[in-house]
Amino acid sequence: MKEFDYLAPESVSEVVSVISEHGDRAKLLAGGTDIIVQLREGLREADVVVDIKKIDEVTSFKYSEEHGLSLGAAVACYHLYEHPKLSQLYGALADSTHIIGGWQIQSRASVGGNLCNASPAADSIPSLIALNATAVIAGPNGGRTVAVQDFCTGPGRNVLENGELLVSIQVPAQCNNSGSAYERFIPRNEMDIAVVGVGSWVRLSEDGTIAEARISLGAVAATPLFAEEASASLTGKHPSEENFAAAGELAKQIATPISDMRGTDEYRAHLVGVLVKRTLTTAAERAQN
Amino acid sequence: MPASKKVHVTTTINGEDTDFLCEPRHSLLEVLRDNLGLTGSKEGCNNGNCGACTVMLNGRPVDSCLVLGAEVEGAEIETVEGIACSSNLHPVQECFLEGAALQCGICTPGFLVASKALLDKDPHASEETIRFDLSGNLCRCTGYDKIVRAVQAAGQKMATKV
Repeated sequence: MKEFDYLAPESVSEVVSVISEHGDRAKLLAGGTDIIVQLREGLREADVVVDIKKIDEVTSFKYSEEHGLSLGAAVACYHLYEHPKLSQLYGALADSTHIIGGWQIQSRASVGGNLCNASPAADSIPSLIALNATAVIAGPNGGRTVAVQDFCTGPGRNVLENGELLVSIQVPAQCNNSGSAYERFIPRNEMDIAVVGVGSWVRLSEDGTIAEARISLGAVAATPLFAEEASASLTGKHPSEENFAAAGELAKQIATPISDMRGTDEYRAHLVGVLVKRTLTTAAERAQN
Repeated sequence: MPASKKVHVTTTINGEDTDFLCEPRHSLLEVLRDNLGLTGSKEGCNNGNCGACTVMLNGRPVDSCLVLGAEVEGAEIETVEGIACSSNLHPVQECFLEGAALQCGICTPGFLVASKALLDKDPHASEETIRFDLSGNLCRCTGYDKIVRAVQAAGQKMATKV
């Protein structure tokens, strides 16, 4: 690995000032499971690596029924699936964080890092989009928020500008009749990159019909997608296999997958239909329980 | 860019207060092996896929190739060298030996650390849980079956000792 300096500031404002000064030559370090590999393999370079794990608001999380989940950008994956309440409230996030890498990776990798790394196949991003999460950003001109569905701008690229960092992710509070799920297809059981990943969220009305649904697709475009039309199509419908399959057909229409060693574009489009149906089914079951 | 200054880090490794100097670019794995002579942890892929460098960092298994030495200030680290109690092997080590759960042995230290961590959590872990939790450890020799059986046997030993 090429030489760099290491800094571990204790406040967001210090980080903003360091990364404003160094621009692209400064790299943030949260769990390190992407950036350390990228620095070692020469995919990215840095003069200074800024460890953000000494900052309380970046490393902590809290949930309230009023404000929902505020998830610090550097909170490691395991917190989400080991936490009894959060894993129940945010099923899609528990599903995805439990299959990002293996156990060792989940001890360090963060949802915030997964988002900033902006891989089209990132497992946690479709979950965040389905849950209608918002990125909370700090920068030299103050703070701003961006919907997670608008955060990624291309493979490995995001909306963060010079001097900005992701501080936390805000996920709306969940009610008793909402549920969510994430599923990906990979040729083995674990430790692989999604051929297709789908996150779904539903909220049911008292009469058992769908009040609102959100579907998000991963690995079928340059960025994870919000399947707006497919989601809206479910409003007022019964959570039936037929309606979920129809939503899957609509979701397929926005998928523009590539063909590569993991699968052809045709195969990926087919998987979108299958996984939309499956994740909606699980999300609805979780909403009913 | 001038040569980076070395960082002074104070930590606890296998229960002993330890301090070291390292360059910011040095991984915890490099520090353990090259600075501290703890060569039990192995470098396999050096990119977080194989788990041969697994150590416990503040009670969680991590790939030490994906941790910077500079990051572990104040942390508690346990390596494979700390698993045995003086000359007595830990049940996980005994069962890997008795069950011949290794061939070349490069992956073994990582498997021992991860296996002990999962059995500390649940000595009765099912085969499915064992295979899932050990998916971050790769072995190119055994085909895994002997490893899984050794972990199950170790779990039984640990459960009866308690």
